[in-house]
Amino acid sequence: MRVNFTVNGRPQEADDVWEGESLLYVLRERLGLPGSKNACEQGECGSCTVRLDGVPVCSCLVAAGQVEGREVVTVEGLAEYAKQRAEGGCATGACGTSLDEAKSWQAKGSDSQTGEGTELSPVQQAFIDAGAVQCGFCTPGLLVAADEMLERNPNPTDADIREALSGNLCRCTGYEKIMDAVRLAAARQSEGV
Amino acid sequence: MDFLRPASWEEALAAKAEHPTAVPIAGGTDVMVEINFDHRRPEYLLDLNRIGDLYEWEVGEDTVRLGASVPYTKIMENLRAELPGLALASHTVASPQIRNRGGVGGNLGTASPAGDAHPALLAAGAEVEVASAARGTRLIPIDEFYTGVKRNALQPDELIRAVRIQKADGPQQYSKVGTRNAMVIAVCAFGLALHPRTRTVRTGIGSAAPTPVRAKAAEEFLNAALAEGGFWDNGKIITPSVAKQFADLCSAACNPIDDVRGTASYRRHAVGVMARRTLTWTWESYRGARRATEGAA
Amino acid sequence: MPANGAPTKITQGYRTKGGIGESTLRPDGTLKVTGEFAYSSDMWHEDMLWGQILRSTVAHAEIVSIDTSEALAMPGVYAVMTYDDLPTEVKNYGLEIQDTPVLAHGKVRHHGEPVAIVAADHPETARRAAAKIKVDYKELPVITDEASATAPDAILVHENRDDHHAGHVPHPNIVHRQPIVRGNVEEARKRADVIVEGEYTFGMQDQAFLGPESGLAVPEEDGGVHLYIATQWLHSDLRQIAPVLGLPEEKVRMTLAGVGGAFGGREDLSMQIHACLLALRTGKPVKIVYNRFESFFGHVHRHPAKLYYEHGATRDGKLTHMKCRIVLDGGAYASASPAVVGNASSLSVGPYVIDDVDIEAIALYTNNPPCGAMRGFGAVQACFAYEAQMDKLAKKLGMDPVEFRQLNAMEQGTIMPTGQPVDSPAPVAELLRRVKAMPLPPERQWESSEGADVRQLPGGLSNTTHGEGVVRGIGYAVGIKNVGFSEGFDDYSTAKVRMEVVGGEPVATVHTAMAEVGQGGVTVHAQIARTELGVTQVTIHPADTQVGSAGSTSASRQTYVTGGAVKNACELVREKVLEIGRRKFGSYHPAWATAELLLEGGKVVTDGGEVLGDLADVLEGEVVEVEEEWRHRPTEAFDLRTGQGNGHVQYSFAAHRAVVEVDTELGLVKVIELACAQDVGKALNPLSVVGQIQGGTTQGLGVAVMEEIIVDPKTAKVRNPSFTDYLIPTILDTPTIPVDVLELADEHAPYGLRGIGEAPTLSSTPAVLAAIRNATGLELNRTPVRPEHLTGTA
Repeated sequence: MRVNFTVNGRPQEADDVWEGESLLYVLRERLGLPGSKNACEQGECGSCTVRLDGVPVCSCLVAAGQVEGREVVTVEGLAEYAKQRAEGGCATGACGTSLDEAKSWQAKGSDSQTGEGTELSPVQQAFIDAGAVQCGFCTPGLLVAADEMLERNPNPTDADIREALSGNLCRCTGYEKIMDAVRLAAARQSEGV
Repeated sequence: MDFLRPASWEEALAAKAEHPTAVPIAGGTDVMVEINFDHRRPEYLLDLNRIGDLYEWEVGEDTVRLGASVPYTKIMENLRAELPGLALASHTVASPQIRNRGGVGGNLGTASPAGDAHPALLAAGAEVEVASAARGTRLIPIDEFYTGVKRNALQPDELIRAVRIQKADGPQQYSKVGTRNAMVIAVCAFGLALHPRTRTVRTGIGSAAPTPVRAKAAEEFLNAALAEGGFWDNGKIITPSVAKQFADLCSAACNPIDDVRGTASYRRHAVGVMARRTLTWTWESYRGARRATEGAA
Repeated sequence: MPANGAPTKITQGYRTKGGIGESTLRPDGTLKVTGEFAYSSDMWHEDMLWGQILRSTVAHAEIVSIDTSEALAMPGVYAVMTYDDLPTEVKNYGLEIQDTPVLAHGKVRHHGEPVAIVAADHPETARRAAAKIKVDYKELPVITDEASATAPDAILVHENRDDHHAGHVPHPNIVHRQPIVRGNVEEARKRADVIVEGEYTFGMQDQAFLGPESGLAVPEEDGGVHLYIATQWLHSDLRQIAPVLGLPEEKVRMTLAGVGGAFGGREDLSMQIHACLLALRTGKPVKIVYNRFESFFGHVHRHPAKLYYEHGATRDGKLTHMKCRIVLDGGAYASASPAVVGNASSLSVGPYVIDDVDIEAIALYTNNPPCGAMRGFGAVQACFAYEAQMDKLAKKLGMDPVEFRQLNAMEQGTIMPTGQPVDSPAPVAELLRRVKAMPLPPERQWESSEGADVRQLPGGLSNTTHGEGVVRGIGYAVGIKNVGFSEGFDDYSTAKVRMEVVGGEPVATVHTAMAEVGQGGVTVHAQIARTELGVTQVTIHPADTQVGSAGSTSASRQTYVTGGAVKNACELVREKVLEIGRRKFGSYHPAWATAELLLEGGKVVTDGGEVLGDLADVLEGEVVEVEEEWRHRPTEAFDLRTGQGNGHVQYSFAAHRAVVEVDTELGLVKVIELACAQDVGKALNPLSVVGQIQGGTTQGLGVAVMEEIIVDPKTAKVRNPSFTDYLIPTILDTPTIPVDVLELADEHAPYGLRGIGEAPTLSSTPAVLAAIRNATGLELNRTPVRPEHLTGTA
């Protein structure tokens, strides 16, 4: 079957999709967006978290056909999404992002080897600065979840952070530096840095 | 595999009538796991995401008509006063991501004894609103809905439209034991609702029998004990012996198995502990509300 | 054509200037937070096929027949291969003992053993084809424990063993046995005023790395194959893969793809050979990605163990003797079992002084899932048991458990049971003092003005208690882990370092085959190069087999060994650079000839700080490159009868204090805090060090209260191969983990550093168990401890 939907503000079309494919598979294998991760494919780890019409969901549990006509934001589009939100724009993309604008997350003038020079969202930068990234496989899902929590709750308590991220498993860090990163992002955000 | 995308409830019922083996998919939190792990290859997937009615709820005089696909997150956020037991149960469902997608219709459709919503529905009192193209709508009392392990009273051509849940007229509680502090399937669960209007107590037990069940003997015992002692009127503390007997009867209502999540013996024990605690919490809340009312009067 | 997502060089430029000792940030951090870092499962190639493995549905059976015809006939299927299709006489692989069939031959020995492989144009086509392969099994009785393995009439898991352990084991179903005898336990026992005995059970833990086993094999024009793979040790993989393919090692090119965690689970091969076989058979690139279910069958686990301990002590608290027997279940194939036996036996005494010991460790062959390397590697199981024994002894003596441990703590100079002296700092008593001195978390943190915050209580969001039944407990533990490969293994690494001028700037390139699995080795290598070569810009070349072996990313060894190799290569490069400088500029300043020269801040400077010139000028028109192997001090094998020998390179120590709150009625545990103190010798990157300690601590917490692969004792089948039923800690299960880092240099190691990755995984588990015992008064002789164990309902 064919599926048309919007990813990071950009219209996408996937063809010859097998009806049992998940949104995760379509993103990773058909649209060249492997940032959302395939760690468990059973909704028990959060590594594939994306925003579907603004709501964080496990993309492994969304059937590809279910996203027809809908808006998806993945980790690849997170920086742009956060930027538009900070600028008071329409972060969902529903209010008409032009194709060229939408492509800008791909065509940034960064160092292709390290990504240096890439514009990052506050939560992405905080994960790097706080040492919250080790193997990094859980990171994309955590970033999408953490960014959404900070959108709803700009001044979270530790218990709020833990609850909001309780659907995202990390096996490397013991979560301490992830807590640090989210606190750091919240603090920077409230200082307007 | 075919993917059916009905745009309306009528179309969905027609599709289900035409393809009774079609597997409805809404939040996908059960169905997609089975597909991803190659446990299931349905001939048809029937997508319910485009049917807006399923995502709405109506608060009526006595009941809440809760659309089958209203996500657990919405129940937690919006129906805490009307459906406190179900709101608490919703908060124990898996993870935030899953709560954003899954709804009570999925729990009912799957009818796993471990579904988190069941004990809350049993305790509150509810009817499942199902429909078919051929026969229209019918209401199935929640006590008659669960017919076996992962089996329910739905006919092959029927879909779950909503669940009509009694609005809380007294305190409700919900507890679930899992071996992790979040994102865990119930080892066992317990729901309790006080119904001061009818001066009754209702219970629900999850994951401790082939189907979700009520502890009816425990309810009858407690109803009688509360009536006999004039507790509903005098608001006295429930005596430990009454609480203990209630808990024992709740344990006795279980018919659990040993599995990788826990032993049968533990499940019986834990249901008893949860029964005692939730009774204490709800009764204390009832007494508090009563005192507040008296104080105001 | 390179595979899409193939790693490119990582250059870290001017934003960070840090050398060793600074918390520089990861060079791959930006790629990892933007989703652009290419993990092995992200690899993609035009026209690629998907591989699928058919695994046995039973644990022990003869294969009567395999019929692949229906699968082969399916549209979209390009190849189906079984044992009969293997191209050479080499049909087995293995880390030490080549006992693992690439595809089952006549027999399967464990649940989930690979039987056939399929390549097709879509993963679903491959799955459907695999499902159409008909395998007729004739089931055999299963060997599941020591009794069934060593019964007189026991079926042999492997007939006709000819490996180098076969000759000395007491039964063919024992992979390896290592006794250690020192002093005289019978005599020493007479001095004991108290004796405690214990029988302990350690459950089967899974590494549960989040990135599933995956990779992409691309056939090459010269008849070879290029494999992009997530592994812990490229060259070990290569050594096992090439002979099965019938290719010389040069024709099997391997590049490390992004690795989503490892923890020991990628030391053995998983889908490597299968992907290469299918790629060579079909002439097309083949990608294989396990799902989580398959991942539980696709790698070895931590050995479950039974441990029998006896300790004695005098009335004033001095340990007199220790006797122990450790039985590790190695499962169906050897994997790393022999080395795990060596570790378990040689570290079974813990970080304590006991002169009279009688130790035996064995690993069994059974039909359970194969077990091998996991963080802590044999030392974890022992630590769980000996620390329980320490608490029992202290209790029996009426002593404080920390003081009792401190009284018996080893120190520099202590002789290990193997006869090996501990020849670097061993601050065991000090680490215990430090964790004990940390402030305790406040009581009843769940109380708030709005009632109980269930998120802070046992049961968490499940709302099981509002404080009822909750009792706090505190427990301590300390452990000892070896660093590096032991027992005479030639444990070397190789580094290639290049220096040149690029765009007017001196740049160093570091090329090793070290597998970056998340630990931060790439960060540290750049720091070492900056410190040694005085450059800001360091390029980390992707890890591949175009450079010599780096050894495994395991055994807490990479910062020591590959870090040592990088340091060494940098020093050699520096000498060459200085030679060039002397040649070019020596006549301008006498110090070129006379002074000790360093490279700092892009300049050549004297040890007195005088600047002699710019590195850019020295290197103008020159390229300096050195590739060199580097070795730590050699070790010796343990004597097979007495266990004597200088078997280990270095030891690593950590101590934990656990604070738990237990709902004693429901048997639910919330760990409130896990404080850790660890000696790291020298923290090359303090931020990474703390991250490693917190991560290791949390894996120890997991196996204390929730993580266990449950194998049915009747069928030897795995009952919970999913993240629904194999639970690892969430952020709500994980407490604050304050870390106190001690830096006492080991003079034998580069920069005085100590391997750090594993030690925190050891003591975390017994500390949590001790705290739960403290809260409940229960004996608790197994881990993980589940609610039924705490409520008498097991």
